[in-house]
Amino acid sequence: MRLEAIASPTLVRSLGLPALALVATFVVGGLLAMLAGADPLATFGLIVKGAAGSRFALLETLNRATPLIFTGLAVAVAFRARLWNIGAEAQLYAGALITVLIGTRLALPGPVLIPLMGLGALLAGGVVLLGPVLLKTRLGVDEVVTTLLFNFIMLLLISLLLEGPMKDPLGMGWPKSEAIPRDARLPRIVDGLRLHWGFGLALLSAVAIWVIQTRTTLGYEIRAVGLNAEAARFAGVPVGAVMVKTALLSGGLAALAGYSEVAGLKGNLTLDLSPGFGYTGIVVAMLALLHPLGVVVSALFVAGIFVGADGMSRAAEVPTYIADILLACALLFMVLAILLTKFRVLRG
Amino acid sequence: MALAAVAQGDPVLRLSGITKRFGALVANDSISFDLARGEVMALLGENGAGKTTLMNILFGHYSADSGEVEVFGHPLPPGQPGAALRAGVGMVHQHFTLADNMSVLDNILLGTEPFWKLGIGRAAARARVAALAQDFGLWVDPDAVVAGLSVGERQRVEILKALYRDAKILILDEPTAVLTPQETDALFVTLRRAVALGLSVIFISHKLHEVMAISARVLVLRHGRLVGTVATAETDRHRLAEMMVGAEITPPAPSRATPGAPLLVLDRVSTAPQGQRPGLREVSLSLRAGQITGLAGVSGNGQGALADLLSGLVSPRQGRFEIAGQEVAQWSPRAAIAAQIGRIPEDRHRTGTIADFTLTENAILETYGNRPHSRDGWMNWRAAQRWTENLIALYDVRCPGPGTRIRLLSGGNMQKLILGRVLEEAPKVILANQPVRGLDIGAVTYVQNQLLAARDAGAAVLLISEDLDEILTLSDVIHVISEGRLSPGFPRGTMKPADLGQWMAGQGFDHAA
Repeated sequence: MRLEAIASPTLVRSLGLPALALVATFVVGGLLAMLAGADPLATFGLIVKGAAGSRFALLETLNRATPLIFTGLAVAVAFRARLWNIGAEAQLYAGALITVLIGTRLALPGPVLIPLMGLGALLAGGVVLLGPVLLKTRLGVDEVVTTLLFNFIMLLLISLLLEGPMKDPLGMGWPKSEAIPRDARLPRIVDGLRLHWGFGLALLSAVAIWVIQTRTTLGYEIRAVGLNAEAARFAGVPVGAVMVKTALLSGGLAALAGYSEVAGLKGNLTLDLSPGFGYTGIVVAMLALLHPLGVVVSALFVAGIFVGADGMSRAAEVPTYIADILLACALLFMVLAILLTKFRVLRG
Repeated sequence: MALAAVAQGDPVLRLSGITKRFGALVANDSISFDLARGEVMALLGENGAGKTTLMNILFGHYSADSGEVEVFGHPLPPGQPGAALRAGVGMVHQHFTLADNMSVLDNILLGTEPFWKLGIGRAAARARVAALAQDFGLWVDPDAVVAGLSVGERQRVEILKALYRDAKILILDEPTAVLTPQETDALFVTLRRAVALGLSVIFISHKLHEVMAISARVLVLRHGRLVGTVATAETDRHRLAEMMVGAEITPPAPSRATPGAPLLVLDRVSTAPQGQRPGLREVSLSLRAGQITGLAGVSGNGQGALADLLSGLVSPRQGRFEIAGQEVAQWSPRAAIAAQIGRIPEDRHRTGTIADFTLTENAILETYGNRPHSRDGWMNWRAAQRWTENLIALYDVRCPGPGTRIRLLSGGNMQKLILGRVLEEAPKVILANQPVRGLDIGAVTYVQNQLLAARDAGAAVLLISEDLDEILTLSDVIHVISEGRLSPGFPRGTMKPADLGQWMAGQGFDHAA
């Protein structure tokens, strides 16, 4: 089998194939549901209902999508520059840690704390990614390894802090931090509904990243470095500085996921703050073809599957693992579909 | 053998009405021709004329939008390289496709014999390879490891591989581009033997004297169209060149230079070696305004180090480096651009352009931070596009438009865009590192005339080339580089090629220094 590049794919090809990938995903999921003894169509019906069937379900999906938009953007921004940031999880926790530290240790009024915590988180996430990036640009250390390992280092550090100096004295012995004050929480978008302004901030970030990538010199530099660092360096693009800026942007975005989870939803820091939002961000970004606005759509899709699968498994006797499988299939089929929009497969 | 069925002179290959489009670009526009048995046919055309596309269709790498390929009277199914191979079409690519760590024999058998048969029947295979080598004058040790072979020997292995597969039609894509004159002569002997034995050869080239020497018939392609088929005996180089380019060609005839002040001066400058490549060793050089300084030398003797230094990629380790009378302090690509050094890099695909960027994005690669391309960090894409459209028109870049990805352009058109990007900034010093390598006559003449025009406008040009003829034609002063050391400058006309060859071999440096 060989691949021949297609110069300009037709609209049918570039839209039809990704749609086909989704269909294939649900065919595989349907077969698995049948294997578990359930009616596939009813199962998917329940997933959709669980994800968007009621106002409560819909808001839950949007809430779940919020950190995924942040981590998805973080990954999309970094991957554009060929900076393989696998450490969004660590940056998320760094953001959450700073949010809690500022929120609980500084006795300031809420309206001051809210932006202060956000800025602190933004910086903390950037700084966490800065180390691996400087190791990469100065010494050529592979950032896939360092950013991945940082995830474990950060979790162990948080664990240490939650068992020690940051442990909530009223926490009945549970490893959790004190909560930030009520007035330092992100306000609800609509009174009485569980959706907070973290979601708004996520949407705003997606638009901002899109503008940066298409309209600014920094976006141009990031793309140049990502596509051909040697040519970029020759032409005078400051490759090291662009990498550092990308790291600050990417790490900062991932940290905002931690900020939004703590300040918008949980109030305090625990070791189970993120069920792998940092890793799922990679899937979200890939499904979105690294497009910042696409990240919003794919984060909603991924969150919907997770939330929907929870609801479905309560009603039908199908394990929630089906959500993980659906996501994995979606990713694999989508990558294949993307390949096939760009290349024609020839035999021989 | 199928050969017996076809008499000398009968068509073994017939292409009818081949058309291939890439987007808006028509790479091949209904091309038809016959190839006779025992014939060497040359396919001549500028870069981007559609030669390689046509051969890729014949060989099944691309499928044509319309048209048909017939081999020995049977139509080939489109888009299947296996089919062309089985029908007896063999291709030797410009870039060889050999496994470096395997022996010659293994390379010939690999992909030819089934995998499970590779171990057995080696003695028979070896005998067959030896017989073929004997018949065609393709001597090469079957047990030698490919990594240790010269370029000429590797090409022989490629041809043997095709012959081992019973190829009756050999397609050679720019086979002499990598050969020394002696190796080229040996290749021609082989090709003459091959046609005498009844094979047919398609010889793709843009070197006119070789086309005249080896072919019986010449097919000329221009802009994807077949503009003419002529018998080699009834034409000459000049007429072929005109057909190929579509206009009268005048080779550059430099007038006398009027050298001005030195614009860039190196005084006993040394740089660190880069891996296997030597650094500069106490190099003293003065690039004067209004003068082309040629740098001759065998590849890999420090040309890269000097180019990297002038490009801003490398800083001097020792010695004095002055631009316009000022000693250089902070040195980087950006500093080089700011010092008005225009740089034409050696590798236009890897260093000169970003393949997946559009023409516009590539055109502003060095100047995106300046107005009108951007302002306070905000891009002005409309201004950038207007500027690129201007470059495309001024430097005759053939392309569908400024929004095209540059990877779709031919090497010559890519180089014209780089040239435009550099020259439009009115540089005081121009570094031209192998500026015409791999280009066709039209593009070569164009680039060389542009460099001469820049010289006449007062630029100091450093021309680095491995082609001694080019150096001798264009340079007002010639230096030779050998193992990182630079010879004194020899004014135009004072040195014969043989004398320069001595310096290139490293002689003369000791008493000169």
